[in-house]
Amino acid sequence: MAFIDIEDLEVTFEGSGRQVRALKGVSLAVGEEESFGIVGESGSGKSTVLRALCGLAPVTGGRISIAGEPVQTPRDPAFYRRVQMVFQDPYASLHPRHTVDRVLSEPLAIHGFDHAEHRVEQALEDVGLGSGFRFRYPHQLSGGQRQRVAIARALILEPKVILLDEPTSALDASIQAEVLNLLDRLRAERGLTYVLVSHDLAVVSHMCDRLVVMQGGEVVEQLTREALQAHATTEDYTRNLLTASEGFTRDPAVQR
Amino acid sequence: MSPLLSVENLRIAFPSRQGPVEVVRGVSFSLGRERLGIVGESGSGKSQTGRAILGLTPVSGTATADRLEFDGVDLRNASTRQWRKLRGARMSMVMQDPKFSLNPVMTIGRQLMEAVKLHGGKSEAHDKSIAMLEAVQIRDPERVMAAYPHELSGGMGQRAMIAMMLVTEPDLLIADEPTSALDVTVQIEVLRILDRLVTERGMGLIFISHDLRLVSTFCDRVLVMYAGRVVEELDARRMNEATHPYTRGLLNCLPTITGDSRPLPVLARDDAWLE
Repeated sequence: MAFIDIEDLEVTFEGSGRQVRALKGVSLAVGEEESFGIVGESGSGKSTVLRALCGLAPVTGGRISIAGEPVQTPRDPAFYRRVQMVFQDPYASLHPRHTVDRVLSEPLAIHGFDHAEHRVEQALEDVGLGSGFRFRYPHQLSGGQRQRVAIARALILEPKVILLDEPTSALDASIQAEVLNLLDRLRAERGLTYVLVSHDLAVVSHMCDRLVVMQGGEVVEQLTREALQAHATTEDYTRNLLTASEGFTRDPAVQR
Repeated sequence: MSPLLSVENLRIAFPSRQGPVEVVRGVSFSLGRERLGIVGESGSGKSQTGRAILGLTPVSGTATADRLEFDGVDLRNASTRQWRKLRGARMSMVMQDPKFSLNPVMTIGRQLMEAVKLHGGKSEAHDKSIAMLEAVQIRDPERVMAAYPHELSGGMGQRAMIAMMLVTEPDLLIADEPTSALDVTVQIEVLRILDRLVTERGMGLIFISHDLRLVSTFCDRVLVMYAGRVVEELDARRMNEATHPYTRGLLNCLPTITGDSRPLPVLARDDAWLE
């Protein structure tokens, strides 16, 4: 039995008399302490899977269960102590008028954790920020530092699962390496389960043991890291993604 | 042949409470009819360099240079009238995000034709616009002409913007992160369009990006910027021979599909690079 089990998940958005089927029956199984990747282009539904998991998207069909128990809708506080999410854009996901201290203290207060003081300091320490950052506002931090705060906020409830929605796509390459290393280290130290969504195959291949490729709300292929590295794909779509992520190749007809 | 654009000792400063801060500190380069890449991370001054060439430095900032010449025209003291003749017609800029750079309340067609009409050619504005949209591989140009920006996907919007910038057939195109907001597959398509237009029309292209790997596969020559200075100039095909530790660091810190180095090497910054 897989740790996170998603079966025939369907998400339909409705608006102005139009229905958009964002997910058309997606099934995934993620093992405990595994790092699992989802890749695909914009609109393929990869972020919607994460949002549906943590109750942010209208699920219209299918089942989600974590550690053998089906999840409740709406999600109960126990769910959020187990599953936390880090969003794509650290500029948008932190409250601009809350200090780092307040951002980190709030989930502790909601979930009734003790020793808040100590936990906030420890969380900042864990993501490599130090207590000097505790009373700063988001606008006083760089993009990479903000993403570290977002990771600290997710970790402070000591969850088992972290959902990562394009955690580094808003960051510079040099900062991306630091954040990826941080995520790698935290997973090894705490035995976390990651579900990582990215459009960057290189990032997914670096971080994840297994991955699925999505297109148009469906899973088109499931691969292991080794298969990806060996270009052992059976789907044309995956092959196109692979070629595209290797950089620009001049059209032979134009080169002349 | 004299270069299309020459820039010598370009400096851009913005006022701050601690006195003026220089964000570009003495950048010099010249450009022929080629693809030049400018690479650097956020805050390295790459976008400000591109904007200064078009005279688009924000009003609070000041740009100075020993020489800033486009095809024999001194841009430093260009009058409004001169600028109007240059911008759009002879040099233009593709911005990063079509969502913010297209007028949301005008159809694509009106915006495109506006560019053609302003620079002469009222009668054939419509046909020219359609032809240009076809050139950027938009399959249904009539529909796109009638559409508003929000009705197009990111890739379509970006292509429409490229069409808008190229419809006047400029000699110099500055593309500021033209593909960063796009998916990898669409990104390659857009680059291919740019590449073909550069080759066929003999334009000069300045391609500003933070993605060193992409730039090295697309451009002929690459300038690497760090903290407002050009730290290294490279032939794009000789990227692996980069000597500056910053360039090397940027190349190494990217994860690769085939490689398996963990932890990833991180860029260690050195204050000596600031000099």
